[in-house]
Amino acid sequence: MEKKLYTVTVFSENIPGLLNQITIVFTRRQINIETLSVSPSAIKGIHKFTITAYTDEDTIKNVVKQIDKRIDILKAYYNTDEELIYQEIALYKIDTSKVLAMGGIETIIRKYDARVLEVLENCIVLEKTGLYEETQNMFDELQQSIGVLQFIRSGRVAITKGKKERLSDMLKKVQEFRSKGV
Amino acid sequence: MNISGSKALMEALLNEGVDTIFGYPGGSIIPVFDALYDYMDKFHYVLTRHEQGATHAAQGYARIKGKPGVCIVTSGPGATNTITGIADAMLDSTPLVVITGQVNDTMLGTDAFQETDLIGITLPISKWSYQIRDPKEIAFAVAKAFYIAGSGRPGPVVLDITKNAQSESVDFKPEKCDFIRSYLPNVAIDNDSVDNAAALINNAKKPFAIVGHGVTIGEAETELREFLDKADIPAAWTIMGESAMPTDYRLNKGMVGMHGNIAPNTKTNECDVLIAIGMRFADRVTGNLHNYARQAKVIHLEIDPAEINKNVKSEIAVLGDVKLTLPAITAKLQKQEHKEWIDSFAPCEQKEMNRVISKELYPDGDEALKMGEVVRKISEATGGNAILVTDVGQNQMAALRYFQFKQKRSVVTSGGAGTMGFGIPAAIGAKIAAPDRTVCLFCGDGGFQMTMQELGTIIQENTGVKMILLNNNYLGMVRQQQELFFNKRYSSTPMLNPDFCAVAKAYNIATSHVTKREELSGAIKDMLKDDKPYLLVVEIEENGLVLPMVPPGKGNDDIIV
Repeated sequence: MEKKLYTVTVFSENIPGLLNQITIVFTRRQINIETLSVSPSAIKGIHKFTITAYTDEDTIKNVVKQIDKRIDILKAYYNTDEELIYQEIALYKIDTSKVLAMGGIETIIRKYDARVLEVLENCIVLEKTGLYEETQNMFDELQQSIGVLQFIRSGRVAITKGKKERLSDMLKKVQEFRSKGV
Repeated sequence: MNISGSKALMEALLNEGVDTIFGYPGGSIIPVFDALYDYMDKFHYVLTRHEQGATHAAQGYARIKGKPGVCIVTSGPGATNTITGIADAMLDSTPLVVITGQVNDTMLGTDAFQETDLIGITLPISKWSYQIRDPKEIAFAVAKAFYIAGSGRPGPVVLDITKNAQSESVDFKPEKCDFIRSYLPNVAIDNDSVDNAAALINNAKKPFAIVGHGVTIGEAETELREFLDKADIPAAWTIMGESAMPTDYRLNKGMVGMHGNIAPNTKTNECDVLIAIGMRFADRVTGNLHNYARQAKVIHLEIDPAEINKNVKSEIAVLGDVKLTLPAITAKLQKQEHKEWIDSFAPCEQKEMNRVISKELYPDGDEALKMGEVVRKISEATGGNAILVTDVGQNQMAALRYFQFKQKRSVVTSGGAGTMGFGIPAAIGAKIAAPDRTVCLFCGDGGFQMTMQELGTIIQENTGVKMILLNNNYLGMVRQQQELFFNKRYSSTPMLNPDFCAVAKAYNIATSHVTKREELSGAIKDMLKDDKPYLLVVEIEENGLVLPMVPPGKGNDDIIV
């Protein structure tokens, strides 16, 4: 089966060891996690994990079911890029003296729609949000011209093209299910 | 009431209806055992001789009782000794609550004496693991643990209790748990899938069912029978599903899988509709998936959504407890007859009878004793009413193939994990769960020696298990594969064994030693004359093979006889 990049979204209770419970499902199948980002979700007390991995659809289906099966996981989904709006953020540290000596930084900032976060005596920190290729292209260009002292890129954050977070529907269903006393 | 965490734990266990605890004490769990001392009239506490034994005994108990088995052990090595039992229970969907001691919460992460990260170790092999660091958590954590272990697809749960949480005081009020918002074990039955399944079965010419552990767990034996009878569907069982149908039931077509019967394995690849009932298409059942039931439309009745399409893709999945989904489908079935299809099993059955079974059960008088004939003789002597416990290996396959059942919930075996050494402690747990039934354990010389220290538990508890040791002085199942697939290079399989009867005698356990066919009946009679523990050592043929066999990695079309 064709391998491609899948984005797995996991909603969980906020308790210790949750990340471990999720990653062991990937580890066991020798699937490499490309990016990972974790934060509180829009619903209070519930955490959201966004994970990307290259694999095939049969495998990702099983992975998501195995994650979903864990007791403290509320819901796990997977999506392809077409179904998502997604973004990454990257920070670049460059040498102030080199910037001053060489010039041309403004062109790069304008070209990539980046912004200056901080200007210090010995370094300047730039920020760019965008797709992986975009942050990577800016890195390549900076590296070749001025040189990059330090570079960091976040994991992917993604949002579905649907109207609202699907977890709220699920939580509502759970409550209804319970009140029916099944 | 304001009581210690340890006492709170006792009260919480009572609140869950616990009556039996298997365990082994140690440094980090002493406060709990101190509290247990005051509750000895409320719990039947069983001191095993090793923590692994405690988990397997709790498994044997759980499988027969249909409710969670409980063990209490200490931290560090005590806790890591439970790992095999936890992993085994996870693979075989056995409800287990394993309570382990842990060092003080202030010592966590300092490599303290007998500290291991048990939560970290058990996360991948348990249904839920939770560390209690404050006695205030005991009420809800115990309630949640029992709810999780016993509901949905059952499994093992770990509660790791720090020593301070055991000794500090708490204002305890017992809790009950019947809802966790992130865990929904009972899904509403999907009427569409029930309709579709019924329609498919109604139109089937050659329907075939495979029965798994889910039927026993869901106590759906009657519902299964009604389902099969109405649509006249021949059915086979996985080793975890044995005894869900009586052996002599007309539609019971035997065992599927690597050492299963020829007819059901062959017919799996001939049926038009394959109905999997509470089973998970384990590789030991399917063999090579490329040759497995490719012609069939598969209907999968299963409680665990993660099992759907995991190994075998299903046409229709009916999610839920088979206790509910089976009658829902049955209600929509037309009364059918599939005489021609059912009769088509007979030639395969005849072939197996001629080439395998008759040789195994009725060998020539001067041949060495066969595993199968010993199993069948004991089965007959117990009238098909005994509980069968097995260890793992050839002894297991012979026992499962040739023991016969009249009663449901009568098999305790290690299926998914194939844990050697499972037998003796599991038999102890089974006998404690069903003291009025005869419990027959079959094991080999290898598995027996893995947990034979539990003979100590047997005498301390006077547990009347009937142990049958099929001795060939080999690790027989590995030897069999070496003979068939590794040019008879018997690497590490011959065993120099002790005098097993002398071992039994050292424990003051009645024993006898059978080396000849004519001694067997008398020895079985002696073994079954009372309800006391007994070790029957039977010397069986050294190079016996369990046949038929689907070689590892091969498909059900490649059966060796």
